[in-house]
Amino acid sequence: MEINQLKDVASQVRRDIVRMVHGCKSGHPGGSLGCTDLLVALYFEKMKLAVKDGKPVFNMDGAGEDLFFLSNGHISPVWYSVLARRGYFEASELATFRKLDSRLQGHPTTHEGLPGIRIASGSLGQGLSVAIGAALSKKLNSDPSKIYVLMGDGEQQEGQVWEAAAFAPHHQVDNLIAFIDFNGQQIDGPTRKVLDNRDLGAKYRAFGWEVIDLPGGNDIQAVLGGLDKAIAASGQEKPVMVILHTEMGYGVDYMMGTHKWHGAAPNDEQLAAALAQLPETLGDY
Amino acid sequence: MKKYTYTEKKDTRSGFGAGMEVLGKSNPNVVALCADLVASLKLDAFIKDNPERFIQTGIAEANMIGIAAGLTIGGKIPFASTFANFATGRVYDQIRQSVAYSGKNVKICASHAGLTLGEDGATHQILEDLGLMKMLPGMTVINPCDFNQTKAATIAIADHEGPVYLRFGRPVVPVFTAPDQKFEIGKAWTVSEGADVSIFATGHLVWEAILAGEILEAEGIDAEIINIHTIKPLDEEAILKSAAKTRAVVTAEEHNRLGGLGDSVAQVLVRNLLVPQEYVAVNDSFGESGTPEQLMVKYGLSARNIVEAAKKAIARKG
Repeated sequence: MEINQLKDVASQVRRDIVRMVHGCKSGHPGGSLGCTDLLVALYFEKMKLAVKDGKPVFNMDGAGEDLFFLSNGHISPVWYSVLARRGYFEASELATFRKLDSRLQGHPTTHEGLPGIRIASGSLGQGLSVAIGAALSKKLNSDPSKIYVLMGDGEQQEGQVWEAAAFAPHHQVDNLIAFIDFNGQQIDGPTRKVLDNRDLGAKYRAFGWEVIDLPGGNDIQAVLGGLDKAIAASGQEKPVMVILHTEMGYGVDYMMGTHKWHGAAPNDEQLAAALAQLPETLGDY
Repeated sequence: MKKYTYTEKKDTRSGFGAGMEVLGKSNPNVVALCADLVASLKLDAFIKDNPERFIQTGIAEANMIGIAAGLTIGGKIPFASTFANFATGRVYDQIRQSVAYSGKNVKICASHAGLTLGEDGATHQILEDLGLMKMLPGMTVINPCDFNQTKAATIAIADHEGPVYLRFGRPVVPVFTAPDQKFEIGKAWTVSEGADVSIFATGHLVWEAILAGEILEAEGIDAEIINIHTIKPLDEEAILKSAAKTRAVVTAEEHNRLGGLGDSVAQVLVRNLLVPQEYVAVNDSFGESGTPEQLMVKYGLSARNIVEAAKKAIARKG
């Protein structure tokens, strides 16, 4: 896809995100907006997906295709929107987000059979382990495809993350590319104040990871370049960690530079102000 | 009462190891994981035969459960193994979200369950694991009674699609069930038929129930002994059929009185058939250091306790 097309998709995804959280008066727009460019770049450009007649075909085992796991499940709006816009299910279903009887639960789950989801997430710190398991499964099956997993930076405070961080290099899980959404914010405030992660890159390097620092996590061109670097670095006996610098709330001015929109929904006026900044490109659901 | 004898004593964890050895040869999708307790879990034969299908996680049980969940994506059948305490309580949320809620085909294999772990004491003697696991929707919970049954259960759960908790123990106990038996998940096994009282026992307590049955028989009481090796799904039909016949029930388990087999049986009875039930279980306490035999006596889990409970239940018959 051309850069401009990817940017159009990202703009629509951001519209979907704010409309979804407005529609149910809850959810997590901040991190979703910040990770939009990464997910669009992965699903619309870099990931090798099982596709039939131009539409992705979902199969739980995902043989022969790249798989994505969302460990910080609270940013489900961005994932649901990207999955829908990529064709895993109808965009109209986004309107059911967080409502009774919906497949689009507050946090992602396999329980309702939503195509594209392979594990439940939301209770933090578990996704890296799951991704390692899926990567090992690929290796056992002689499947050369890759596993991608996204975590939050606040999530790095969970102990299980570091169990997984130690495991992956020791076992040379080199078909794994992990991302930390490095936005510096968490529910109770700036991550540096709540519990400082210090130098995450140095930590992962010390554990034996190949670490790529990627500034410009909200510049789709930069994200594509970073993904190329990460893919090139994989397959060399080390897992790859990309520290993705993003801005929470990116694309909606009043949601940027603060943790206040981590888990809050805009009211009607705020929604209008947000949508005015995000061109409708693919058609609202 | 049907006569049971044994020629040897073996640990149920060795039954797990033997079952894994068979699965290593018969099912190429089976993968074993262990958190630094390979020798205790008797995985040596599996690892020797299938080094590429063994994953050593180190002392990191939460990661082990997550990796096991991930391995199922791609069709692997992971058997994640460690001591029962670390396989359940320590990693409850990992099991809840990544395995049970996600509906993953993970087998959680837990050794050294209950008091009979012995000298290590209460930090390692989990008595709450059956309750924790049975409360998870979709989780199958199995607690076999001897070496042969544990081996058969290990082999059987590989063919069952869905999460399973398989509980076994450390000490050597009589081997009294048939070798190479077929294990049917959720199907209670009538150890001995009787008319006066039903003893529903699980795990190590099944042998104690047999000993109790012999004592009761000498005193003129005809006990029916049923092995509830599957706590969930519970064989309600077998429980109700037996309880309707004897009108008096004893449950026996190496577990806290709260939340274990006894409570599962009580739910069935209270909804269907009001007959007296007596519990043989740990009375809402932690364990302590000691030999398995000493602990079973001190905490009221011996054949003698089952005998007393049976008499009490019979005395309460309406």
